[in-house]
Amino acid sequence: MSAAADTATAIAAISTRGVARDFTAGQQTIRVLHGIDLDVRAGELTYLVGESGSGKTTLISIMCGILWPTEGEVRLFGTDIYRLSDSDLVDFRLRNVGFIFQQYNLIPAIDAASNAAVPLIAQGMDRLEARERAIELLAALNIADQANKLPNQLSGGQQQRVAIARALVHQPRLIVCDEPTAALDARSGRRVMDLLREVALADDRSVIIVTHDNRIFDLADRILVLEDGRITHDGRDMPKDH
Amino acid sequence: MVWIAIRMLTGDATKFYGLLFGIAFSTLLITQQLTIFVNLIERGASGVYNVPSADVWVMDPVSRTTDVNLPMPSTALDRVRSVAGVEWAVPHLRAAASVRTKEGDLEGVSVIGVDDATLIGLPRRMASGAADVLERPDAVVIDDVGTTRFFPEGYDPVGERLELNDQRAVIMGVADAIPSFTSQVTLYTRYSRALNFVPGTRNRLSFVLVGAAPGVDAKALAARITQDTGLRARTRDEFARDGVDFIIENTGIPLNFGITVLLGFVVGVAIVGLTFSLFIRDNIKQFGALKAIGVNNAKIRRMVAAQAAMVGLIGYGLGVLGTVGFIWGFSSNPTFKGFYIPWQVPLISLVAVALILALTGWIALRRVLKTEPAAVFR
Repeated sequence: MSAAADTATAIAAISTRGVARDFTAGQQTIRVLHGIDLDVRAGELTYLVGESGSGKTTLISIMCGILWPTEGEVRLFGTDIYRLSDSDLVDFRLRNVGFIFQQYNLIPAIDAASNAAVPLIAQGMDRLEARERAIELLAALNIADQANKLPNQLSGGQQQRVAIARALVHQPRLIVCDEPTAALDARSGRRVMDLLREVALADDRSVIIVTHDNRIFDLADRILVLEDGRITHDGRDMPKDH
Repeated sequence: MVWIAIRMLTGDATKFYGLLFGIAFSTLLITQQLTIFVNLIERGASGVYNVPSADVWVMDPVSRTTDVNLPMPSTALDRVRSVAGVEWAVPHLRAAASVRTKEGDLEGVSVIGVDDATLIGLPRRMASGAADVLERPDAVVIDDVGTTRFFPEGYDPVGERLELNDQRAVIMGVADAIPSFTSQVTLYTRYSRALNFVPGTRNRLSFVLVGAAPGVDAKALAARITQDTGLRARTRDEFARDGVDFIIENTGIPLNFGITVLLGFVVGVAIVGLTFSLFIRDNIKQFGALKAIGVNNAKIRRMVAAQAAMVGLIGYGLGVLGTVGFIWGFSSNPTFKGFYIPWQVPLISLVAVALILALTGWIALRRVLKTEPAAVFR
């Protein structure tokens, strides 16, 4: 376990109680999550692992405030987020959650610095000031020299770093990553994870990562295994049968 | 965020230019067709506009326009002159005739007989020669557009002889006149001479042109003339409007132009709608990511509105410029003589463009707003 995690174990960054989610397909209603009770502590690098269809994407979407649960309660840093109004929830996400998507989802028409600055611009910060802040972060991620390049002029690893910078630039308290290493080779993948641990966990943030990538399981502080919408394992290592 | 929206739009050059083309083409089609339509139907009033000094036109009660008139007995002139408030009243003859050219061809013309003494009834400006050339024997003045019908381009017709109803007519000047709706050749001559040029009937006086005394309202004077003489009297503006209305009511022009304008609108909706939808579809992941990050729907609406406004303004500007270029490019063509773009036409086009963008933007926006932020994880 990391030093950050040691000092922050008492703080529940995310708390879910009885979270369930149904999806309807035609006449059928399918329950994909079954009463999830979970506490994620600040300062932890938490992995959410499971087969396709196990419900991990649904759970992470609910945990970060972009998908309403059918039942249950979700508290982020003490706030019952689904009791907030729509606009307050959007604003809460903007200030407290950083996202790293599997496909990066960078805006192709703006350069790396502007992409990284998007959350600050969305918060209303002056564009040039936001860019300066983003460039500082890109420098910390060792790609300041790529700041003026468009996403299609960057390698996959560099785009990933821009996505990380975008997730961190507004100093959110929760970072949510969807398969951050899926498109990278083993070495690049480990480097990204090292980077996430170094940069993302520095300020008692929580980082939740959805992944299939068994090459990086050893880097987790905590691994949650989801099967058929239920958490079947919660520990430092992967269970032997996986 | 508006800056990001604009960059997203301009970053996809193909779709950006596609949107611009759609708006510009629509604007061009709508503006150009409406401009031609307005100018064409205004030619129904050219006979009135060519005689700006007349405040009131007096005619037989069944007469409708300058070209659709029933001649009155010559006594009508004296009856009108006797009405209080009439400063002056002069006879005006408008009739169709056939002219035999030097080459022996037969052409239909309009003969306009203007007051012998004052030459009221002649267009204000002359393109060649002076108005007083009409005082010469057999003199006629031809309109400038008519010149191009009778003679080769650049040819000076002054001195050319024509045969009008077995009478000799000599072109002594060229009038700078607004062409008629049919662009028929018009020959101006003195009233007394015109009586010889056109086939005779008992009544020959087409109109009495009236100037109002100082301080007398033209509309009130027209009403008084009607009351006192039983003749139909119309102010200049009313009679000009009658000419325009006659064309609107009796030709298929409004319908045909209306269909073209509608087509311009439909083409705009189709091109812009399709391109906008493709643009949104291609960027739906980015919009989804922005929504997940915390960009609210109001900001997303502003982004799409900024994109629509940008293509709208540039495309509209290009379309109007295209129309100006068209009018300017054809200004030397007699068919388009005097064409202008009324200020209402670009305004109508602007409303049409706004409607196109509002409609297509709304359809595109619906898709963005419906996108679940959670979709970015799928």
